[in-house]
Amino acid sequence: MTQAPRAVTIVGASLAGLNAAEALRREGFDGPVTLIGAETHLPYDRPPLSKQVLAGDWEPERAALTDPEEIEEDGIEARLGVRATALDLDARELTLHTGETVEFDGLVIATGARCRTMPGTEGIGGVHVLRSLDDCLALRADFEAMPQRVVVVGAGFIGAEVAATARGRGLDVTMVEALPTPLSRVLGDEMGEVCAEVHRDHGVDLRTAVGVERISGDGRVERVTLSDGSTIDADVVVVGIGVIPNTEWLDGSGLEVDDGVVCDASCLAADRVTAAGDVARWPNELFGETMRVEHWDNAAQQGAHAARRLLDAAVGPFTPVPWFWSDQYDRKIQLAGRVRGDDEVRVVTGSVDERRFAAIYGRAGRIVGVLGFNRPRHVMRYRALIEQGASFDEALAAEF
Amino acid sequence: MRIVVDFDLCESNAVCMQIAPDIFEVRDDDFLYILNETPGEADRARVEECVQRCPKQAISIAED
Ligand SMILES: Cc1cc2nc3c(=O)[nH]c(=O)nc-3n(C[C@H](O)[C@H](O)[C@H](O)COP(=O)(O)OP(=O)(O)OC[C@H]3O[C@@H](n4cnc5c(N)ncnc54)[C@H](O)[C@@H]3O)c2cc1C
Ligand code: SF4
Repeated sequence: MTQAPRAVTIVGASLAGLNAAEALRREGFDGPVTLIGAETHLPYDRPPLSKQVLAGDWEPERAALTDPEEIEEDGIEARLGVRATALDLDARELTLHTGETVEFDGLVIATGARCRTMPGTEGIGGVHVLRSLDDCLALRADFEAMPQRVVVVGAGFIGAEVAATARGRGLDVTMVEALPTPLSRVLGDEMGEVCAEVHRDHGVDLRTAVGVERISGDGRVERVTLSDGSTIDADVVVVGIGVIPNTEWLDGSGLEVDDGVVCDASCLAADRVTAAGDVARWPNELFGETMRVEHWDNAAQQGAHAARRLLDAAVGPFTPVPWFWSDQYDRKIQLAGRVRGDDEVRVVTGSVDERRFAAIYGRAGRIVGVLGFNRPRHVMRYRALIEQGASFDEALAAEF
Repeated sequence: MRIVVDFDLCESNAVCMQIAPDIFEVRDDDFLYILNETPGEADRARVEECVQRCPKQAISIAED
């Protein structure tokens, strides 16, 4: 096998990329580390973009994940505002959008994902997606102008958080969801319905089982036309219909791309090339399933794992129990594991009516997931059981 | 080593508790309690893992 790299280049200067860089230094790697990022900002945290920053409670600086001093102390060269456009594995060379080529030895691919957009909405003012700090500040400015009516397209976690934050600002919110029950594919019908009720209780006009036909307006958005022919007046529209991994720059590189950069169980994509975060797809041996995970914790852990893997071929498979949180109104929703709509669901503590409970998910006799509403302690306990491969019966019998 | 948690940042998501349940505990009131503020050197690796994995960067180690 090949040796550890002399230098490491990381493409994508966000959560996974920064954690990779920090892990290299923690592991004692003393060669050059270069962090290349398309955004002009140093790595910052995205979760507050739909929560505290959007709400106006935090100034954007508070979302920073690092600062120039720390980057310098760690001896990381940050090249910001620079986009990689091509990868040549034979020449071990990257091409940047400026036309410049740079050599690399070890490489971590951490280019994350971007929002899916609605075709035909380009150039209509007041139509937003939410991924970057710049997106967040543009949306926040529109919220601060006190619009009459906000329409959120898609009731996934990002849409749900934007709806909650907009309600918190006292804005009128309509949320449109194509599925009959929001999040039913991730949480199942029963728990998806609980999420739907939370929004209705907070005054969101939730329209389900209906698609968006068109978003229109003269220069600026005026209305949203739904697939049932009805229209909703809108001053601000936020489209939250999922993300696409940023892999186009790898076209022609020879790396396998299939809804993400395909890696082995240890996050290795090619000789001395690893991938991490929202862009990476790898077989998680704990679940016997190939996955791409779009959560904070995964990006942080996988970034570190991908870095360690570059340094040491003996670093084994990456086998986390995926976990994320979502804050909506005064609820802290957390999900750990790999849940499907048709898993068996059992509430194990608390009360669904009070929106303070934990429910576990079982499949083929094993516990595969846990959902908590304001029950962080239980989520972590059951997460540990999932990690141990406990049976569903054992989990049902457990008391925490 | 002394553990310091910035409770203005902590969101009680219990990541630290999963790593070191003997040191951190999120109770039913949704607040984080530090069970052992001054763990011994043997616990350093686990506490450092908590520092690194806390999604809010709320934990730090003071050497005094
Ligand atoms: C608004 C919002 C709220 C969220 N809330 C939560 C939450 O509550 N809980 C949770 O668990 N997760 C949450 N997430 C998800 C979490 O933030 C992501 O999983 C995480 O950011 C993924 O990190 P990453 O480093 O893999 O990718 P990203 O954060 O997407 O970063 C990738 C970076 O690479 C750059 N890049 C892309 N292509 C190139 C290129 N060719 N060359 C150079 N640079 C490039 C991009 O500009 C970007 O800066 C949220 C995400 C968003 C957007
Ligand atoms: S991991 Fe951080 S945010 Fe979570 S409970 Fe512990 S200190 Fe608080």
